[in-house]
Amino acid sequence: MTRWHDFIEKDGKPPVWPYPIHYDKEQEIDTDVLVIGGGIAGCWAAISAARKGVRVALVEKGDTVRSGAGGPGCDHWCNAPANPLSNVDPDEWAQHMAEAPYSNGIGTQIQCREDWDTLLEMEQMGGKIRDTKDEYVGARGRDEKTKLMISPRYTRVHSYIPGMQKPVTFKSNPEGKLNNVVIRVWGSTFKPILKRECKRLGVKIFDRVMVTSLLTEKGVQGARVIGATGFNNRTGEFMVFKSKAAVLATAGNWSLFLLNTELAGYNTFRSRTTTGDGTAMAWRAGAALTVMERTGIMMLSTGFKHTWYGGAGDASYENVPLVDANGKKLPWPTQGWEDAGAMRPTPENMEKIIKGIQSGEYALPFYGDFPAMPEVERRTTWRMMLGEESTTRNIIDSYEKGGFDPAKHLLQNYSFIEGNSPAQWRTAGGGPVIDWDLKSTLDGLYVAGEQTFSAGDHSYAAATGRYAGRKAADYSRQTGETKVSKDQVTLEKARIYAPVRRTEGIDWKELHAGISRAMQYFCSEYKTEQLLKMGLDALKEIEEVFVPRLYALDPHKLMRSIEDLSLLTHGQAIINASLARQSSSRMLNFFRIDYPKVDPPEWTKFVTVHLENNKVKAGELPLDYYGDMKANYEARNKDYTGVYKGK
Amino acid sequence: MAKKTYALPNIITPANPVIFNPEVCNGCNHCVEVCQVDVYIPNPEKGKPPVILHPDECWYCGCCVNDCPRPGAITFNWPVQQRAYWKDKATGKVLRDSQ
Repeated sequence: MTRWHDFIEKDGKPPVWPYPIHYDKEQEIDTDVLVIGGGIAGCWAAISAARKGVRVALVEKGDTVRSGAGGPGCDHWCNAPANPLSNVDPDEWAQHMAEAPYSNGIGTQIQCREDWDTLLEMEQMGGKIRDTKDEYVGARGRDEKTKLMISPRYTRVHSYIPGMQKPVTFKSNPEGKLNNVVIRVWGSTFKPILKRECKRLGVKIFDRVMVTSLLTEKGVQGARVIGATGFNNRTGEFMVFKSKAAVLATAGNWSLFLLNTELAGYNTFRSRTTTGDGTAMAWRAGAALTVMERTGIMMLSTGFKHTWYGGAGDASYENVPLVDANGKKLPWPTQGWEDAGAMRPTPENMEKIIKGIQSGEYALPFYGDFPAMPEVERRTTWRMMLGEESTTRNIIDSYEKGGFDPAKHLLQNYSFIEGNSPAQWRTAGGGPVIDWDLKSTLDGLYVAGEQTFSAGDHSYAAATGRYAGRKAADYSRQTGETKVSKDQVTLEKARIYAPVRRTEGIDWKELHAGISRAMQYFCSEYKTEQLLKMGLDALKEIEEVFVPRLYALDPHKLMRSIEDLSLLTHGQAIINASLARQSSSRMLNFFRIDYPKVDPPEWTKFVTVHLENNKVKAGELPLDYYGDMKANYEARNKDYTGVYKGK
Repeated sequence: MAKKTYALPNIITPANPVIFNPEVCNGCNHCVEVCQVDVYIPNPEKGKPPVILHPDECWYCGCCVNDCPRPGAITFNWPVQQRAYWKDKATGKVLRDSQ
């Protein structure tokens, strides 16, 4: 009796909704700092704000204990150039990281300066960051003195494709030693510890609550953010959060272009809850967004496939040599020491491999040759890396149960035999414009983690969360109480509960597919002004005709329905940004047929979009709007005290 | 005894991201709490394994299985099309996760 139809067959009726329904109830919460999203960035923001002695509320759509992309685990703490084994200067490494156009130099600088401190705080709380049990003695990168384990990733330059970046001689590393900026960690221990620390510090945690909108002073778009609304996705209870400062730490948008809501979950980088709610609510509140036009087919972890690091794994892991069906080694990087963590073949090698397949030189399928690896390296990759990375622990457990022994067996790789990536699995990598306090263009609204534009990884989320939390706490001390606009709350309540007042019409899955289809048709590889405008019209039609038919039978489906509305808003922001950029850009994976010139100097700038009285306003910022990274970081952080010394 | 046949819609695919062992599971609902997307709801009958209500929303993160306090109560279950292939290096025999 674990499937709902078992109940039909046994009792003739489905199980009753297990939680009380409270659509009519409302709860008001008053706090200094409100953290929206309880993933890695959100938890760190809550912890650092609470450590500053202010009242903190943390709101999470799932349960903070394991929610977020980094909830299940994390095997690499990337870009910690301040660690004791690093051979590069953090500021120089940050500069290198931010060299690619449209990078987020602010977040990168914060990560490079504070990542190591953040990791040490993780250790203080009980997170495992060293091989204290001497399980991996002899593994390359393991340091006997500190028992830290350096990863081969980025040991030369920050790149996954060999040769894509020119060799760099860092001033701080003139002899060209390995950079040692990435540390292997036991990240499966992290998330429950973060939740425990939040609780210990008195953070009020609201799990299973989806935040739906930001409240602004007098309800005016573009005014100071003074709170948020949300609802419990199990009970349907409405929540009004009043805050002096808010940190937006929600996820990006990973399912906007995805037509199919089934069969999509496995083997992705993100759960289906990542619908860009934060960016959508920031947009509606009037915050300026940037890099919204960057969308594109993912090269990594496309849906429906066996791919790197997604749950189902395709055997191209760190240091695992790839061989063909006859055991012949392929010119494919091993993501390991011999190629400095590179993951993909160079374009030349890829061509060689494809030609080799066609001529019969390389026989398909390919395999990951685990048995060829030195025992300790195999164990490190199989047990530690996969055991600690986000969604791959289940690979070890289930494959081993199925009889797989990495000492004896080659694991199949699915490159080529799976065909091309489905076009509907795309990323959307933009987010609010931020300043050196990680503050958005709205007073009272701070941004961290994946929600920042051009965001980074787990450790980026941790470091920027920790930073945004303390800046928000500082701000909350200087600002006074403000009254929430009743009208704004009433309007939002009407928007949120409309789907539960209907019992028929269109369900969230159909609406999701409709929105995705509009994005596929009108905002894909083939972009022209005409197509993009048709896209806006299509979304408008969905908004006016189909959204009023949306119905939800319970609070869970209501959450999915409201997520659809986030997707819709997100899509509108993307198309508006795409219209505003009148050029093509390789770095943004953005190609306009009507403006074919690629990366012309006059368009090498950030395009911003925001709403003013519900009208879209486009703007721009120079690529280096954040100025000298080191100087600005230092100017804004004179009071930074390093690793936490309090109780 | 003839089983009553109900008119049910098609079963969502994949339907069984995990398999519960009712002999081991004591219905503590820890998996219900750790699940990021609320795949489960508690069983109406106390002490019984949770109900898999939203299998189509599972992203196979594995937290429910990894964090289960009673080993063996819940087993991860790859959908058929995601089952891995591997090959014995010594014999060349191709094998599959066919648990």
